[in-house]
Amino acid sequence: MKYIMLIYQGDALERQAALPEAEQKQVYADYQGINETPGVTPGLPMGLAENATTVRVDGGKTLTTDGPFAGMKEAVGGWFILEADDLDAAIEVAARVPAARYGGAVEIRPSEVYW
Amino acid sequence: MVTTLDQVFREEWGRVLAALIGFLGDFDLAEEAVQDAFAIAADRWASDGVPGNPRAWLMTTARNRATDRIRRDRVLTAKLGLLARDRAEVPMNTTKFPDERLELIFTCCHPALAIEAQVALTLRTLGGLTTDEIARAFLVPERAMAQRLVRAKRKIKAAAIPFRVPPVHLIRERLDAVLAVVYLIYNEGYGGRDELAAEAIWLGRALSELLPDDSEIHGLLALMLLHDSRREARFCDGELVLLGDQDRSRWNTIQIAQGSAELDRALALGGRGPYVLQAAIASLHAEMPCDWAQIAALYGELSCLTGSPVVELNRAIAIAETEGPEAGLRIVDGLGLDDFRYLHSTRAELLRRLGRADEARDAYRRARQLTDDGAERRFLDRRLTELAGRTGSA
Repeated sequence: MKYIMLIYQGDALERQAALPEAEQKQVYADYQGINETPGVTPGLPMGLAENATTVRVDGGKTLTTDGPFAGMKEAVGGWFILEADDLDAAIEVAARVPAARYGGAVEIRPSEVYW
Repeated sequence: MVTTLDQVFREEWGRVLAALIGFLGDFDLAEEAVQDAFAIAADRWASDGVPGNPRAWLMTTARNRATDRIRRDRVLTAKLGLLARDRAEVPMNTTKFPDERLELIFTCCHPALAIEAQVALTLRTLGGLTTDEIARAFLVPERAMAQRLVRAKRKIKAAAIPFRVPPVHLIRERLDAVLAVVYLIYNEGYGGRDELAAEAIWLGRALSELLPDDSEIHGLLALMLLHDSRREARFCDGELVLLGDQDRSRWNTIQIAQGSAELDRALALGGRGPYVLQAAIASLHAEMPCDWAQIAALYGELSCLTGSPVVELNRAIAIAETEGPEAGLRIVDGLGLDDFRYLHSTRAELLRRLGRADEARDAYRRARQLTDDGAERRFLDRRLTELAGRTGSA
């Protein structure tokens, strides 16, 4: 079963920045650990949502706006692919993502052709 | 005859369905096959009589129906190739089938499903209630309920929610989720929809059979039985009667005995969890005279476990009985439950006992504003009428 794991930072970036150095190191180590977990295919490092450009097409006209589609706090902050036996296994990996414990969240989306 | 058939269906539905889901790895296919098997049984057993081993008969028939469907439908065969779970082929003619109801209830009550979906799916699959019955019990249109079930089953498949008893490190948390669903079903039933209360007790019994060494399951079953034993006495001519004023001859003594036995079992297992404590409290409430000091102590213990202000409110009621209304009121006034109707009705009652009629009236009015239940409103109205004309303030 393939899952796309979407990381939402929420308040996590601010909270992590305020952590003592040892704990910050732990955050990096935990992300590294996720990337090295069997079944994980890391996504490309995702830049800040504030540097995003959102594109819409209305009546053939391309409209661009500054910033992410969702609000800054609700924007996707990162992603990776996980191959796992079932949802419980995916939940366990998601729970290890630092953002999830510092005010952000991880969304588990099964990869599926529904159209 | 009809009762026997109904009983067999009632007892076997969840078990046969669970085994079929385990066998096929597909909720919809399993449900269709089991439904077919039950329909054939209803037809055939009525004339030929119930077979010696109805479960084996239903299981085998359902499996055969499922394999027929699969053979007929190549798309389904492709689906079967996608099963998340490999399982050894069990010979069709065996009379020994694994009991997979536990796997089923853990799947239905998986926290990745919304609580409404967990409740509906549990009632449909383990309880064997029809979609229409569940819809009526929850006052939801049948179409909406059918959709809720379809969506839940689709998510189980798409997200690969496992069909299994959770591993040791997850089981406590997941079992608590299961118990919460059963208790929620019970509480829906306690509000007057009797069939749901009976269903919840039935689920509690099934769980206690499947996991006989878990004290919280026995605690929950005891709690439901003890509350349910007073169902008849809770209302007199449609009007709410408080515990102290209930006609004890209308209490169901069989349920009290069963509930007490479950509670003893839970305590013997060393249980001190939230359901065991609540059951112990419910059991003490039924005694004459009521040991309020012990009830207050148990609420104290429960409050430490749950941190719930509602539990503190109940502790305040018990304290008021042992140390006087003033002591109870001090606890109540420290609770931040301004939108909770029972906070105001409790305050009102304590103020009334203290002779502070004006404040009591205000509190009864506030409680009444927050209540939609007809019987509770009328109860509060009666209290307000009693207080009319009385004056008094602290």
